[in-house]
Amino acid sequence: MDDRVGNLGEEGGSGVVRPNAGAPAAVRDLTKVYGTITAVDRISFTLVQGTTVALLGGNGAGKTTTIAMLLGLVVPSSGEVRVFGADVSRNRSTVAHRMNFQSPYVDLPARLTVKQNLTVYAGLYGIANAADRIAFIAEDLQIVPLLDRPTGKLSAGQKTRVGLAKALLNAPDLLLLDEPTASLDPDTADWVRRKLKDYAETRGSTLLLASHNMAEVERLADRVILLDQGRIIEDETPARLIATYGRGTLEEVFLDVVRGRAKPASPALEAS
Amino acid sequence: MSTAGTQARGAEPVLLAPVGLGASLRRIGALVRRYVYLLRSSGVRLVELIYWPFLQMLTWGFLQKYLAGNTGPLAQAAGVLIGSVLLWDILFRSNIGFSTTFIEEMWSRNLGNLLISPLRPYELVAALSVWSVIRLSVSVVPVAVAAYFFFGFNLLDLGLPLVAFFVVLVLTSWSLGLIAAGVILRHGLAAEELAWSLAFLLLPLCCVYYPVSVLPGWLQPIALALPPTHVFEGMRSILLRHTFDAKELWWALGLNAVYLVAGYLTFSRFLASARVNGTLLRLGE
Repeated sequence: MDDRVGNLGEEGGSGVVRPNAGAPAAVRDLTKVYGTITAVDRISFTLVQGTTVALLGGNGAGKTTTIAMLLGLVVPSSGEVRVFGADVSRNRSTVAHRMNFQSPYVDLPARLTVKQNLTVYAGLYGIANAADRIAFIAEDLQIVPLLDRPTGKLSAGQKTRVGLAKALLNAPDLLLLDEPTASLDPDTADWVRRKLKDYAETRGSTLLLASHNMAEVERLADRVILLDQGRIIEDETPARLIATYGRGTLEEVFLDVVRGRAKPASPALEAS
Repeated sequence: MSTAGTQARGAEPVLLAPVGLGASLRRIGALVRRYVYLLRSSGVRLVELIYWPFLQMLTWGFLQKYLAGNTGPLAQAAGVLIGSVLLWDILFRSNIGFSTTFIEEMWSRNLGNLLISPLRPYELVAALSVWSVIRLSVSVVPVAVAAYFFFGFNLLDLGLPLVAFFVVLVLTSWSLGLIAAGVILRHGLAAEELAWSLAFLLLPLCCVYYPVSVLPGWLQPIALALPPTHVFEGMRSILLRHTFDAKELWWALGLNAVYLVAGYLTFSRFLASARVNGTLLRLGE
């Protein structure tokens, strides 16, 4: 979002590398090989600003590795990862403040209170108005009563909301999510999905989520990238995918793909 | 539950420039603040910081008292025992402070969050270094004061060289901490014992409680290649002969520069290797 330049503080005018020219994320011929296993196999895609894209696939399909390469946690074996035009392998630090990440598999320090954790991350992301921002986010995500509680003593649902608060602190232009509603009860999961949808729509931010939850993907994603054994099998809107496979739900499409069933020769899409 | 519009109306984050010295210092400060919060959250941790050095000081102090009752060189040597203990504790506690604070990030599964934030690896190292000195002060200063009241040993009697000794020992502890953190980063928590044990590798070699001349000839060059050896030799020289050879310190500082660079390169190499091998995805699990 170009208007972010206006959000920069007084120090924002000088020395800031802002490769705005690029798409939120673009990967080309991305490959990751661990020993003899090819986790990601020459995949290419570009995320368009303001869209929500889901990475779908069975276990070991390469979803998490792809997200990790976008975050700079894993170095590709070959190919290119660019975030807002910057090569993540070399210049991650120039765009890190415009991204954020949430996953139930990464925690915030358990002994610190929620407010302390958010204060630390506000400092790391260079948020000048940390107190105001934390107060706002806490109210928006309904975690005000949790602010003074140790993070480790929260329930799974509460931890997810706090993790989301951390991920939204810097109002990222690109938000990456790894199974954002895993192990949540349906009510809390629904609440998180609504919040993510609100966030993406109101800010025009780009979301990339890896998920096993088909209902979640159908509800949130504008586009689905289906991965199998590290390769992109499909890259379509949910509706077109369902039509292409002649199925009633995305879950049925997913099962077709992971069980190796070929899609119909004459896709229903033609007729529609 | 707020409506979609509240995000747009609410407090927008005012993002400061992510590059430059000011930004680096802010991030280092934020991380040090995290460690302060952590220490404040547990009284047990605070007590533990003082507990072990205090017990060690008491044990060696009483031994010194016993030896002082004898005559001859033994009695003379006894005077340096507490000094040795306190200086060794500077090295050991500072190293522990650096390494265990790093491990803490892995235990809490927070390292992934840190490494995807704008924090640079060298800022993480700087924060760990700053914190190790703060932690060390909390640990060693009260014990040094207690040594004076219990046994009349005044660490400040070492004079100005004490400052240089302190610097040399802390720099060495950072080098060790960097190597331990790098190995743990690459090989996971299975290697966490290294955080506690690496410093002990130096204990017999850097001649904490005896002069270098006690070592076999072939081991002496190895001992002299370790910066702390020059600190303990210097301390004995001051306390036993009331002389101080500044050359020893320059040697130690020069060696430290080499070890620090080697330590940072080791850490960076292991971090790069962890990014290649995907170890960072599995941290803490």
